[in-house]
Order: sequence, then structure tokens, then C-alpha cells
Amino acid sequence: MKSVIKGAGYILVHTPDMVLHNGTTQTTERIVNPDGEYLKELPKHIRTFEQALSYWPNQVYIGNKTPDELAAVEQPWCDKVCDVNDRYGHFGQIMPQEEFLLLMQACDVFGLVKLEKGFVEAHKAALAANPIIDETIMARIPAEQTDAAEIQRLVDEEHSEGLYHNGELVGCVNRAHDIDVNLSAHVIHENIVSKASSVTALLSAVKNAGIAKEDVEYVVDCAEEACGDMNQRGGGNFAKSAAEIAGLANATGSDARGFCAAPAHAMIEAAALVASGAYKTVVVTAGGCTAKLGMNGKDHVKKGLPIMEDMIGGFAVVVTQDDGVSPEINLDMLGRHTVGTGSAPQAVISSLVTNPLDKHGLKITDIDKYSPEMQNPDITKPAGAGDVPLANYKMIAALAVKRGELQKADLASFPAKHGLTGWAPTQGHIPSGVPYIGFAREDIMAGKLNRVMIIGKGSLFLGRMTNLFDGVSFVIQANTGAEEAQAGVSEEEVKGMIAKAMRDFAATLMAQAE
Amino acid sequence: MDLENQKRVKELAEQYGPENVVVLLGAAEGEASGLAAETVTNGDPTYAGPLTGVSLGLKVYHVCEPEVKAEFDPAVYDEQVSMMEMVLDVDDIINEMTSIREQYCKY
Repeated sequence: MKSVIKGAGYILVHTPDMVLHNGTTQTTERIVNPDGEYLKELPKHIRTFEQALSYWPNQVYIGNKTPDELAAVEQPWCDKVCDVNDRYGHFGQIMPQEEFLLLMQACDVFGLVKLEKGFVEAHKAALAANPIIDETIMARIPAEQTDAAEIQRLVDEEHSEGLYHNGELVGCVNRAHDIDVNLSAHVIHENIVSKASSVTALLSAVKNAGIAKEDVEYVVDCAEEACGDMNQRGGGNFAKSAAEIAGLANATGSDARGFCAAPAHAMIEAAALVASGAYKTVVVTAGGCTAKLGMNGKDHVKKGLPIMEDMIGGFAVVVTQDDGVSPEINLDMLGRHTVGTGSAPQAVISSLVTNPLDKHGLKITDIDKYSPEMQNPDITKPAGAGDVPLANYKMIAALAVKRGELQKADLASFPAKHGLTGWAPTQGHIPSGVPYIGFAREDIMAGKLNRVMIIGKGSLFLGRMTNLFDGVSFVIQANTGAEEAQAGVSEEEVKGMIAKAMRDFAATLMAQAE
Repeated sequence: MDLENQKRVKELAEQYGPENVVVLLGAAEGEASGLAAETVTNGDPTYAGPLTGVSLGLKVYHVCEPEVKAEFDPAVYDEQVSMMEMVLDVDDIINEMTSIREQYCKY
């Protein structure tokens, strides 16, 4: 059985106040250098919602502009105004902070998110008007809200994490336990943000795939947060929690973790679950990460740039059984960085790119587009991290030259031909290969591309359990349609026909013997 | 240079004697290579790590420099390094590394 990409959803949330209050670069600075220049200067570099809307990479992320169109825009992009500034795109949407704070409350089933009465009254209608938000979600917002003085008290006296909008305290997230740090207000805040952005992505993906919510049987969450308590710190389960709010009543699910490589792992797992027949429809989802907001803020502020890491990211991909038209995931062409692969870049790229291709006698140039780490270079270059996708393409091209599959003279043109310009926010797992799946599906179905390779890589050493690097890759290809189905069926049919003929023959012999 | 790595280099130099230690770098470009090389010769230029104000003067090379390449089994080099050799600006790295060694290397 084959598994296909039925649809994808990509969402962003503009969270300028969370940059200031929840990004770890800022929270660390507040501890070690509270009166420093950076914290004083930072608020002047925060973008408005309108500026975030007209930022080129954001419009690509939600599908209103294509990666090719972005590549044609001269960098830097932060001083350019995109000619499209819609908050909705055909992959998803860019949600403003005020709607998201209400959605966070809708996603909290333990009464931990408190919002100020007037704030809720002012913005409730806006969330209700959001096309993916239905009355079941709106009904989760409590009728009784909190007054400002009580919120201030909770933040001052009860260790609650403040929720801010335009610099004003408009709510808070309470701790869920007095002693357990895993249920502290900080952790609950981080996890509810991840959950709420995952819900937004799930709803967008299900809508885009044109399936009924009831069809979803399994959800895999591949974000980088952990939810649990002191006795099971990463117990889970974000997947099922988000599915509940999204109204996927027939789904269960589980969390897959692997740092930035997790989305690629999760996609392979989803494709395998469907291909095996275990489940008919699986959705891979991930919400975003507050800790990474403003991560490179110091470099951006120092260089006089706006804070571009003000977006929470989310994505979801619907994987279903073959429909005869949607692009399929080729489970016979998987790249794996194994324990024995080693850490030399050459070994890494070979394990992820050429090993799976060799199995099928394919060359590097037989893959039309590669989607490795799709970090937006507008964010990473001023921070001294270079152009991450471009560095990947240079390595793949160099490997192709070494293998005699590309002329050395064509090294420079390889990235434009087989690569993409990065557009994804630096939210760890969010840029990792998967931002391209939506475009890849469309381009393959339009006949523009035949095969694309999605590559996920992860820095496992950050967890201090291993020094190993990790990565997996998979290939999405045009639906091979009837041919393969026919070939598969015909083998079964032949066996059946032979068995029937044998039975008939035996019956004839028996009849004759009688 | 990573603070943990600075600590390791300092400890190894003390353990084996700085004249017996060679630091081999694999950084992706000239400037980063130069910074790491300066750290293990003249001291940490960012004044952040254990090598701040400590001039070890160690021998330091980048893996793509010809002196180092000559020490490798060519087959191993081809398998492990040649791809990155094609990607990196090797001349820039050699210039940076040579300049740092000429200024600060004691051995």
C-alpha cells in the first residue's frame, strides 16, 4: 500500500510581547545584565503586526508567495515590503497576538490561563471570525474572566507567567503545581503556546487536505517541548491534547522527539503507519517555541535590524492512503544517519542523500529539489550563522562533483537549480525540511517536479545524552498511479488464478475418478 | 571558540606539554578558523573562556591546509574531507591560519 501527501497547513503567530518576556536570549539577559543596553534598545526593534504581514518570508510560509518569487527578491528582505500582506494564505495564516492569547485559553483545559475581562471582550469577536475556529473552540473560552488586579496579584505573588499585549499585562498562566518545576507557570506557558499553535496548524491542514475531521485516526506531534510532571518529565502527549481541541474525535496519537530532525522522522513514521495499513489517515503536527523568540536578537539589535524572530511557527501534514493523484512518499528510498555514520560532513551528506539514491541507481541530479534546513537567511546571516540552506546545497553539489554526476563548472548553479532559498522562521524543528512539503505537493501535481528530497537534521548533543548528530531523509515523488497498483494487484491476481485453476483441475480429476 | 573546548585544550596542553600538542581545526570558514587559532595561541580574543589571557602558543592547523593533508592516507582524506575541501574557501583559511601562526605560535 502507498501513502500520499494529502495536504499541509503552515501557520505563524506574531508574538512581539512574548519576544520580550519569554525568549531565552531575553530572559537570560534579564538575569545576568538587567540594566544592559540590549534590553533598553530591544523594544525599539519590535515589528508591528502589519510589518510582520508584509515581510516576504512570512508570506512565503503561508503560501501567498513561492520560494522562487522570494529568491528573485534581493536580500536583505527586512527592509523590503512584500506586495502581498494578507493574513490568510492558502496554506494557513498569520495570527495576531491578541487572537492567539484567547486561543491559548481555549486550549487550556485546567483553568490555568487567566485573561482580563476587558481584553477578552475586545478581541473575542476577532477570534470567532477566524475561519478555522468553530463554535466548539469558542465555547472553551470561559464566560467568567478575571479582573486586572487579580492578574497582577497572581503574577506578583503566585509565580504566574504574565501574558502581555502591547506592553500591558492582560493575563497570566498559573503554575499547575506548587513544587514541581515541570508544571511551573513557565513550562505550562511554553507548552500551551506549543499546543495552541499545533491546533492552528492541524485545523489548517485538515481543511486544506479536504478531509473530514472524523477521518483522522492518528496524530504525531514532532515539536521540541516536553510535557509531563516530576515523575515522568516528558510523558506527553501533545499530539492527543491538540487533537482534542481540534475536534479530531476519532484520533489518538503520540509524540515523536528528535530535536530538529523530528519532523522528518515523524513524516516517515506517518507514511509507514499508513502504508502498513495500521491507520488510514495520520497527521504530523508541530507547534512553535517561545524560547527561541528573539534568539539572535542581540545581533539584530546591534546591526540596527528589526527583531525578525517574533513569529511562533507551526505546521501539519496530512498523510493518507493512496488516492491515485497526490504525491507519494517513497519508503524504499530513506536516508539515515546511523550510529556508525560518523560526524564528517561528507559522511553525513552521503548517508542522507546518496545512500538512498544509490539503492535505486539514481544520481544526485535526479532529485529535482532538495529541502534541507530551510532557515531564513535574513535572520541567520546577520547573526554570523551564514545562509544555512545554501551551505547544504554547496555540500550536496560538491558530493555530486566527487561522484562524477556534476561538472565542477556547474557547482555554482546547482543551488539555484536543485535548491531553494530559505524562508522559515528559526524555530528549531519548524524549518527542518518540512516547510517545503506544501509547495512540493503542488509543484509535483502540476507536473513541474518529479522527485523532491526532504532532509531533517538534529543536534542531539544539546540534550547531553549523546555527542551524535542525527538526520533522516525521504523522497516525495509523483504518484505512480495505476501502473504500480496494477503491478501489485496483478501478482496477487495471478496467484489467485493459479490457485483457482489448481482447485478446478483437482475438482475435475476427482469428478473423473468418481 | 566553545568554552568547553578551550578548557579541554588547556588541560591537554598542561598534561602533555604545549610543545607536544597540535590543534587541528575543521571550521567552515577563514574568520572562524582564525578566531579558534588565535584562542589556542595568543588567548581567547573574546575574553570569555578559560584561555583568556593564556598564551599557549600551540601549533594549530586547519584540516584543509597542505601540511596537514600531506600527513593523511589519501584514501581516508578523499573519503572524509575532500567534499568539504571543494566547498570551503581554502585559500582564505590558509591565509588566516598562516598569519596567526606567524604571530603567535611558539613551537
